[in-house]
Amino acid sequence: IRGLRSQLKDSVPVAGLCPQGAYGVQDSLRSGFTSVKNELLPSHPLELSEKNFQLNQDKMNFSTLRNIQGLHAPLKLQMEYRAARQIQRLPFLPSSNLALDTLRGSDECIGFEDVLCDPGQSEVMGEPHMMVEYKLGLL
Amino acid sequence: MALSTVLETPGAGFNFENATRNAALEALFEGGQTPKPLKTGTTIAGVVFKDGVVLGADTRATSSEVVADKMCEKIHFISPNMYCCGAGTAADTEKTTELLSSNLSIFSLNSGRNPRVVMAVNILQDMLYRYHGQIGANLLLGGVDCTGNHLYTVGPYGDVDKVPYLAMGSGDLAALGILEDGFKHNLELEEAKELVRSSIHAGIMSDLGSGNNIDVCVITKQGVDYIRPYQESEYKDDRKMNYKYRPGTTKVLTEKVVPLKLEVVQETVQKMETA
Repeated sequence: IRGLRSQLKDSVPVAGLCPQGAYGVQDSLRSGFTSVKNELLPSHPLELSEKNFQLNQDKMNFSTLRNIQGLHAPLKLQMEYRAARQIQRLPFLPSSNLALDTLRGSDECIGFEDVLCDPGQSEVMGEPHMMVEYKLGLL
Repeated sequence: MALSTVLETPGAGFNFENATRNAALEALFEGGQTPKPLKTGTTIAGVVFKDGVVLGADTRATSSEVVADKMCEKIHFISPNMYCCGAGTAADTEKTTELLSSNLSIFSLNSGRNPRVVMAVNILQDMLYRYHGQIGANLLLGGVDCTGNHLYTVGPYGDVDKVPYLAMGSGDLAALGILEDGFKHNLELEEAKELVRSSIHAGIMSDLGSGNNIDVCVITKQGVDYIRPYQESEYKDDRKMNYKYRPGTTKVLTEKVVPLKLEVVQETVQKMETA
């Protein structure tokens, strides 16, 4: 049974300090009224599990591989993953992730992530400078 | 317009941004007025017989108390040797079976092999378990492959069962009664079709959510026979779908012709290259 703590979101902001809306004001229309509960716990049961799904899948697969074939098998695979993950464009441009897809086998599958919310057609656009600074950790 | 609050490109897949807002709205309306998804309120049934699998379904799709679609297609194509009946939320069954069909066709193009029924079942199970029942799809998957004739049922939470005959949907209790009574191993084709038809008929008679016509799909090694509709409902309304009027319906009372006088102002000839 999971405790509440393991379902907390990444950061623990205080209500009102980091509002989600534009211009730094709480956007009541889109995100509802401010409440501490809203900012701590996800409101949809699938939100956290979907966010971490790929990560958890990989962890599970690598640990099974380690138990069956020893330490070097997942080690070598993870080295390849890390190399493939670095082949990316700048954060505000779409990257094809070809090498990563081939390694994962997701170039031969279709799932909801290929159909819904295509990043190439997103409704919002980020500021390029802010996005690069966020990625480099300078923000 | 570039927003300074967007720090990463939004991820692909399901987007949960509006979940908080929806929860707040539901609390505001005390749960009375949120839009309801289109459920199929169905009767579906499947039977394994001597040479293959027979699947049957009714064709009514309901949206709360209104019949939204009288000729809904509930037997979905998965691959040339597999069909799937879907009960539950209409959009969920459609999309899930479409994704399954795409995945299997990619697989068969890549490997040059015909997909097996167990593969489809495993893909469905993984997909539905991942979403913990939020995808409301009760599926009855039947097919013929090199290992034999199979009928599997997959529930919304990802539970799988291999069965010789089964009925699902809101009319399943009535349909299952007929199936339990009439099922024998190694039925002939006509007996199997009649059994499925009468079980769907019982479901239609006893359940408000099922109705209209009956579709039957027979899958054998030789091919697929998708009979739509196998049996039409006696209660059909007499609506003319075409409302075009014959010429002469409107009476012409008077007619006045005014010739248009045109005079030639300028004439230019442009030669065309016809080489």
